[in-house]
Amino acid sequence: MRLVSRFNPLDVRKDFPFFEKGLVYLDTAATAQKPKAVLESMTECYVEHNANVHRGVYALAQEATDLYEGARKRVAKFINASSGEIVFVRNATEAINLVAQSWGRANISKGDVILVTVMEHHSNIVPWQMLAKSAGASLEFVPVSKDGLLDMDAARLSLRKKPKLFAFTHVSNVLGAVNPAKELIALAHREGVPVLLDASQSVPHVRLDVGELGVDFLVFSGHKLYGPHIGVLYAKRSLLEAMEPVLGGGDMIKEVALSHSTWNDAPWKFEAGTPNVSGAVGLAAAMDYLDALGFDAIASHEKDIMDYALEGLDSLGCVAIYGPRDRVGVISFNFGDMHAHDVSSVLDESGVCVRSGHHCAQPLMGELKIPACARMSFGVYTTRSDIDRAMEALRKAKVVFGL
Amino acid sequence: MVFDMYQEFILDYYRHPRNFGTLPHPDMISHDVNTSCGDEVTMQVLVKDDRIGNIRFTGKGCAICIASSSMLTEHALGKTLDEVSRFTKDDVLNLISIPISCVRLKCALLGLKVLKLGVYQFLGKKLEVQDEN
Repeated sequence: MRLVSRFNPLDVRKDFPFFEKGLVYLDTAATAQKPKAVLESMTECYVEHNANVHRGVYALAQEATDLYEGARKRVAKFINASSGEIVFVRNATEAINLVAQSWGRANISKGDVILVTVMEHHSNIVPWQMLAKSAGASLEFVPVSKDGLLDMDAARLSLRKKPKLFAFTHVSNVLGAVNPAKELIALAHREGVPVLLDASQSVPHVRLDVGELGVDFLVFSGHKLYGPHIGVLYAKRSLLEAMEPVLGGGDMIKEVALSHSTWNDAPWKFEAGTPNVSGAVGLAAAMDYLDALGFDAIASHEKDIMDYALEGLDSLGCVAIYGPRDRVGVISFNFGDMHAHDVSSVLDESGVCVRSGHHCAQPLMGELKIPACARMSFGVYTTRSDIDRAMEALRKAKVVFGL
Repeated sequence: MVFDMYQEFILDYYRHPRNFGTLPHPDMISHDVNTSCGDEVTMQVLVKDDRIGNIRFTGKGCAICIASSSMLTEHALGKTLDEVSRFTKDDVLNLISIPISCVRLKCALLGLKVLKLGVYQFLGKKLEVQDEN
């Protein structure tokens, strides 16, 4: 763990071996680059402590188990949960599917409504569509207002009709809009509606506290948090205890007989098979790293980069930006009449990586009446000079496209 | 150089695509989407004496996708269905005559895939994956 007393993006950048490539990486919302501390913790896990967890009685096996369960504690602490409420999965998508297939099947039935929003990533729409199809339930969508924010009046109205669940994203991966999670959760709870919060786009930028939020389910991906490819499901202990496992196999059982089996306690009953130990350890290291930087410092750095990039895009004179001015992490935009892929290709030529396409949010693209957009996204290592290089590339693109 | 991809005639075809639109009573309509990027193209063809009697396309996509689809419609007009069914990737690349990086190849070839899909369906043949190229 590296302690930084004052946040300096140039120092931070030195912690990320990726940047030796010399690329301007503006696609952190898709996946973040990894600091050395994360990579080293994972290597150490394989070199020094590799044994299967929860199995052997030899010392090394215990070391591996301690590391894995220690990582679970670390993740719990990061979001102010207790370790029994943390389930390790592959990614946020799998976490949502787990809730849909386990809690959903037991609690959603014919005629029920699942409330989501039009600004969701496909991962927070499709699992509910699948559940609705098999249960005979239906989906309702909270719309987005003209200024790119969630329509709170519509959310209130929909919640008053008492849907069986409200699943929404904390931060839109396209608009960067921050949904007032605490307020929405309180509104939902007043109607007795449980809430699943997709924190994939918020957890790298803001301090999350599940106790303060009062949320029932919360999901995020480790790889967007500067960690490895692992996912986290948080659920209130009472919910996890009542839920049936979705995957069967080793580690998720207490006893197995030929005629029947009994389940392990939560959270292990949801983790069938050998888990992603190095992934959990790497994620814990990423959390150490971010805590050492400090979320206040991260937020003020990222706001500086955001404002600088918005100013830069405005000055180009041919850029349409989607979403509110006050935003986190991402800027989605279109450049004149050019398609986002063309913009991305031209930026790529200058070594600038930006995402283009529908960003796994086709319903939102429909709402915005655009087929696609380009997206820049930022992280702890993004510098003003990254933004300068992106703007220079866009100025070149303006000439190429005759804009 | 990616800048060579965006020569004036490509941008002109993107901004003013020839044969863009629909036909009143087409003999074939075909459509496909590039799942990786969301580009989509629909082709409509009127068949006359086993030839492409008239052709229109609509779509949403990047300059490369729209320009190549448009050029392809011009190239296909008047050709026999048999000829069109044997159009290849290289035919399209020759038509657009710009360097295409492998990530953008799918954009350039979507129109071809959709046109062949329609012609194959019309001829009662099945489009195999290798035929796309």
